Amino acid sequence: MTAYPRQPNSLVQLLREAQAKHGWLPRPLLARLAGELGLSLAHVEGVASFYRFFHLQPVGRYRLLFSDNITDRMLGNQALMADLCARLGVQPGVMRSDGRVSVATASCTGLGDQGPALLVNHHQVVTRLDAQRVARIAELVEADVPPAQWPAEWSVVDDNIRRADVLLGSTLAPGEALAAASARGAEGTLEEVKRSNLRGRGGAGFATGTKWDLCRQAPGEQRVVVCNADEGEPGTFKDRVLLTRHADLVFEGMTVAALAIGATQGFVYLRGEYRYLLDHLEAVLQRRRHANLLGANILGRAGFDFDITIHLGAGAYVCGEESALIESLEGQRGTPRIRPPFPVEQGYLGRPTSVNNVETFCAAAHIALRGSTWWAGLGTPKSTGTKIHSISGDCARPGLYEYPFGTRVETMLVDCGARDTQAVQVGGPSGSCLSVSEFGRRICFEDVPTAGALMVFDRSRDMFEVARNFAQFFAHESCGFCTPCRVGTELVVRRMDKLAAGRGSRHDVEVLYELDKLMHGATHCGLGGAACNPLRDTIAKFRPSYERRLKSLHFVPGFDLDAELSEARAATGRDDAGAHLESSHE
Amino acid sequence: MSDVALFSLDGEDVAFEPGETILQAARRAGRYIPHLCWHPEFAPHGSCRVCTVRAGGRMAAACTMKAAPGLEVESNTEELNAQRKTLLQMLFVEGNHFCPSCEKSGNCLLQATAYEMGMEGPHFEEFYPARPLDASHPDILLDFDRCILCELCVRASREVDGKNVFAIAGHGIGTHLVVNSESGLLCDTDMALTDRAASICPVGVILPKRRGFVIPIGQRRYDEGTAADADRQEAS
Repeated sequence: MTAYPRQPNSLVQLLREAQAKHGWLPRPLLARLAGELGLSLAHVEGVASFYRFFHLQPVGRYRLLFSDNITDRMLGNQALMADLCARLGVQPGVMRSDGRVSVATASCTGLGDQGPALLVNHHQVVTRLDAQRVARIAELVEADVPPAQWPAEWSVVDDNIRRADVLLGSTLAPGEALAAASARGAEGTLEEVKRSNLRGRGGAGFATGTKWDLCRQAPGEQRVVVCNADEGEPGTFKDRVLLTRHADLVFEGMTVAALAIGATQGFVYLRGEYRYLLDHLEAVLQRRRHANLLGANILGRAGFDFDITIHLGAGAYVCGEESALIESLEGQRGTPRIRPPFPVEQGYLGRPTSVNNVETFCAAAHIALRGSTWWAGLGTPKSTGTKIHSISGDCARPGLYEYPFGTRVETMLVDCGARDTQAVQVGGPSGSCLSVSEFGRRICFEDVPTAGALMVFDRSRDMFEVARNFAQFFAHESCGFCTPCRVGTELVVRRMDKLAAGRGSRHDVEVLYELDKLMHGATHCGLGGAACNPLRDTIAKFRPSYERRLKSLHFVPGFDLDAELSEARAATGRDDAGAHLESSHE
Repeated sequence: MSDVALFSLDGEDVAFEPGETILQAARRAGRYIPHLCWHPEFAPHGSCRVCTVRAGGRMAAACTMKAAPGLEVESNTEELNAQRKTLLQMLFVEGNHFCPSCEKSGNCLLQATAYEMGMEGPHFEEFYPARPLDASHPDILLDFDRCILCELCVRASREVDGKNVFAIAGHGIGTHLVVNSESGLLCDTDMALTDRAASICPVGVILPKRRGFVIPIGQRRYDEGTAADADRQEAS
């Protein structure tokens, strides 16, 4: 296992290790760590309290987190969680008084094709939860059986590869692509990637070759390659499978990038939810070091030095944004940086840094071996190659589907066995929601871009509840730095809750429009900008699901006078709820 | 006159020096782009977003975006000022801001900017967060109810005072200011009334004790001028 240097840059990793040992992070522990690293206690407290998986208050020895993406909800996670809480005698989010157990929710854990999913002690997962598993989990917790001794089949994570193309369907021998890149040389490899027109797979679609070139050209002593494996976009789980089955390919792509850029330092930023992949990934890295595919003078090429360190996230979606990711790598709160300067100019510790998606590195390795012409012959002119989609929701065969770019949504729906579909959410909550009339559209940067998720909703689903789940996600994941995102995401949730409670009016829908408009232009980073996308799409395309909730077309206050009076009633021993509604002049 | 680089702010030329942001150049020229978290003594922060302008057709924070020759910047427009008003309303409802009973009233940049933007009410429902105050320090009171998370005190304490008295903790709507001591109380820090951090707060979080209403209402900074005045664009 990696021994992280006891330096401020390792703070997030050191906090994670300390919590794994102590269960939570007591203040004296933070103070000791601060003293050791030469940081202020308030700084360490600030960093620790940023991440959703760090606990500054005691939590149960069993920490059970239900993945709470809309697809988990569609599979019944809320009833299962209520059942587990009842069996254990615990309230969601509140540690049981004996300190044994806490039950709460987490953002999507990347198991949308085999949910509902549970994350245990930030270390282990249980997939395909059902009533029997929940009942048995309650018994195991009461009997104090360590999670490592729970039935092994519960933690089986299936790859569910349903349609494989060039990336999922072939396996390269370790070092094969790297040898081809080495033969071509650094500039030749860079040119090859540029000519392939490969674009980033994280969603934004920036040209990979251009990014690498900017990084290569930027002034600096040391360059850095970072693999963004913080796969947090709800409904996305393709990187989990790539890291499970094709870890060599991912590392090979990173090493190809290092050659092209002239980088010596590499990081994988692995989301905390994928902690269970860490030992496997470390083992692959070690094997590659022994094979001289990492380390000094790689493949005997003098001066080609590169190695990779894995950093784990701790439950913060915003760290998928590249500058926030770099902040986290540096042991800071994951607040996106002011850009420019861009990471390719000044990234990790001010060094030129190229951050690329897991799938991008896989594609780059293939391009290094098979050439740009081959790759550019796949897909469309502006979206070359293939794209892996994580398909979940209302379909018979959820899992991974790799298609050339340009494939129509309807083709994908047929292949995954979706029936009576009313909507698909492409690219996760920050992507776009398509209705039936748009199923002929094509997935590519020219038409509907994607970060790799496709969630299917049939006609039994309420699209308002889909949008509300996404709104809760963005409010939960806002970093809190800028006003429009911090307050705006919270205001959106409150309005949606008011509508859900049947107390909404047309005025509330107007306010949602207003918030959407503001947040699209005024936020510090893309999270806030995208936070209203599901709202905008569903109001535009599924307006009846909102209007059906309007109690009146006129203003109805969110304030419930009777509820507010309940404390006063309790204090004065009255039980006459609604008394204020009666006339005093009867 | 030699070649001076110019950009256009609401149709009027503003000169700038290489590396300057839109807000820096505008501020130096005495022009007003409303702002809360930006202060000329510190590097741009970009969190309040009140200075958001339309530059070259795209929305951008004037405090972080570099000026460029010929760049066309819109700031004082109905649309952008309406957006600023909404951002100010967001800041008002997420904290507890009761101007009539606040010692900072009349010296408060949030209040003064709200007046400038024509804000007449909160518009949104108020959150009424529970934020205990810290009166532990002999000379300084901390009333977190009014914090707008501009981090000016964090930066002033770190960069000017060399003390690191403050930091930001939490996330999302739970983001909050914390004090650097084992007890979490200000009395256990080395903060002094003479620190830059003690006078930088644009709102009423960090207040000197025993000076309440020494300057009467009616004779305060924004009673005698407005936040748009060239010498009053920051609270201190």
